[in-house]
Amino acid sequence: MSTVTETPTRRGAPSAPPRRAIVAAPSTWITWAIVAAFFVFLVGIVVSVVVDSFSKQWFGQWLPPQYSTDWYTNAWERFNLTRVIGVTIGVGLTVVVLSILIGVPAAYVLARRTFPGKRFVMLLFLLPVIIPPITYGIPLATVMYANGLGRTLLAVVLVNLVPSVPFVILTMTPFIEQISPSIESAARMCGARTLDIFVRILAPLLVPGVLAASILVLVRTVGMFELTFLVSGPQVDTLVVAIYRAMTSAGGGEARQLVSAMAVLYTATMLITLVVALRFVNPTQLVARVRDTRDDD
Amino acid sequence: MTSSASTRRAAAGGRADPTRSSASLRHRLAERGVDAGLLMLVPALIFTLVLFVYPFAYGLGLTLQPTAGSQARYGGGLFANYVGFFTDPFIFDSIWITMRLALPAALFNVVAAVPVAFKLRGRFRGKRLLTTLLVLPITLGTVLTAQGLLIFAGRQGWLNRFLIDIGLIDAPLQLVMNYTGVFLSLVISGFPFSFLLISSYLSGIDPSLEAAARTLGANWFERFRRIILPLLAPGLATTFILTFVLAFSVFPSARLVGDAGGETRVMALMAYRSFAEQIDYPMASTIAIMMGFVELVVIAVVLLWRATLFKGPTGGKG
Repeated sequence: MSTVTETPTRRGAPSAPPRRAIVAAPSTWITWAIVAAFFVFLVGIVVSVVVDSFSKQWFGQWLPPQYSTDWYTNAWERFNLTRVIGVTIGVGLTVVVLSILIGVPAAYVLARRTFPGKRFVMLLFLLPVIIPPITYGIPLATVMYANGLGRTLLAVVLVNLVPSVPFVILTMTPFIEQISPSIESAARMCGARTLDIFVRILAPLLVPGVLAASILVLVRTVGMFELTFLVSGPQVDTLVVAIYRAMTSAGGGEARQLVSAMAVLYTATMLITLVVALRFVNPTQLVARVRDTRDDD
Repeated sequence: MTSSASTRRAAAGGRADPTRSSASLRHRLAERGVDAGLLMLVPALIFTLVLFVYPFAYGLGLTLQPTAGSQARYGGGLFANYVGFFTDPFIFDSIWITMRLALPAALFNVVAAVPVAFKLRGRFRGKRLLTTLLVLPITLGTVLTAQGLLIFAGRQGWLNRFLIDIGLIDAPLQLVMNYTGVFLSLVISGFPFSFLLISSYLSGIDPSLEAAARTLGANWFERFRRIILPLLAPGLATTFILTFVLAFSVFPSARLVGDAGGETRVMALMAYRSFAEQIDYPMASTIAIMMGFVELVVIAVVLLWRATLFKGPTGGKG
């Protein structure tokens, strides 16, 4: 509740007077210890990778003696990163669009209708989300290789759709449930057909939910390693798979700084996506809405 | 509804058979919820059947078609893959290796996230920034986390350097390329996730309950133990399941910051090796499907426990 209501008033609103006790409770100390330890590792990891990627050579000192951007140009040329990043973004966007197009109508039906076998259908959509990706990924990849789909762009898109479509359905169903059906009934009384209802009534109301689901799917797809790795080849690697290959290639892997440079590029891509996305969506909104609707029924 | 309508009609006129409705099949189906609107479900269903159910069934079939090599090695005819899975300690032990990694990691993520989410639920300056920072690791991905751990927590890394310089330790700690490395990477990627979920569950608990307990003289521990925890427990179970799923299928970090040959030889890694390195698709499918089975058993146990918890109208239920 609080997360939803507080978003529009985050700036300029009169802030509540502090009501906390002066002596900190023990839980406060535990909390800050955990947060501090977490941030030590987080900052350490990020900063050391960034420093490493800009260093000429770095071994055994606090800071590298010389800096350069050679590793970036080097990585860009060696791994043809223009194509890799193009594939990553292309696959990500395709998966988002397809999973929304397939998932939202299904979510609508599941939210509004009761029909025989509904529980079974729900279970069918739930399974790909809770079963480990490797479990269905390996049989799926076997089928794809047997049908000549292995190492193609189509295979990469299809394999990423498997968890994405159920994910969209599961997140959008409660979101649609909270939209009052009487709005649709009113539109129908005014003579709207099903298509009109979808385009004029539901679509505008669904925009926040669709955006949130799209971002989560995009982040998942760009970061999805296991499934992509099983079916992709050198020509259609996404960025995360390309980095993994660079780290584990025969002969001890590529130079550490080269991998760091690629990892920084990966995180920068993700970060830009997420920061842009967070301007539109509150990350806890989707989950909070799930809870709100459940409280209603 | 159909039966009551027809009964009424039968009582009025006595013409229709009370057990059979005179409405058309289409109408009767529509009354049970089956009509043209369900067609919107068709793309998703076809998609799931083709890309999930069929490959899964194919994989199950494949487990019963062992290669000649497995048959010669393990015996057992059609079930050679399963015989191999349960008798070859190199494969079977990977279950315990995975469990020993995933269960503590998931438990730690949930237990550590509770106090943090609890403290951060009120309003305070910079909350949005802190939340954003806690969510940040989602963008890092397993591969950058692995690379960062190798550099930061490695023998020459800043962490060991700092600990030696302040005199806490004499020799560098071995934090990567073993169990600890994978555990750390699981915490870094899993903790923000469980924090987000638990925060949203916590925000569903009515604060007036806690205020009431406070007026009755409960201290912070009693309030937490008697009010918050029972209400939050179902949400905690859900969070545990979701982080466990993430930790259970750990694969890149087990290879990159772990000891892939020994301590962190997890099931996903074994399945992948059979698939890509030994090109033994039947055995790979067997390990993969057993992996899903083991995971579902753990989830089922947690769900059974969750079913015994309080499910009232308020609280952080999942």
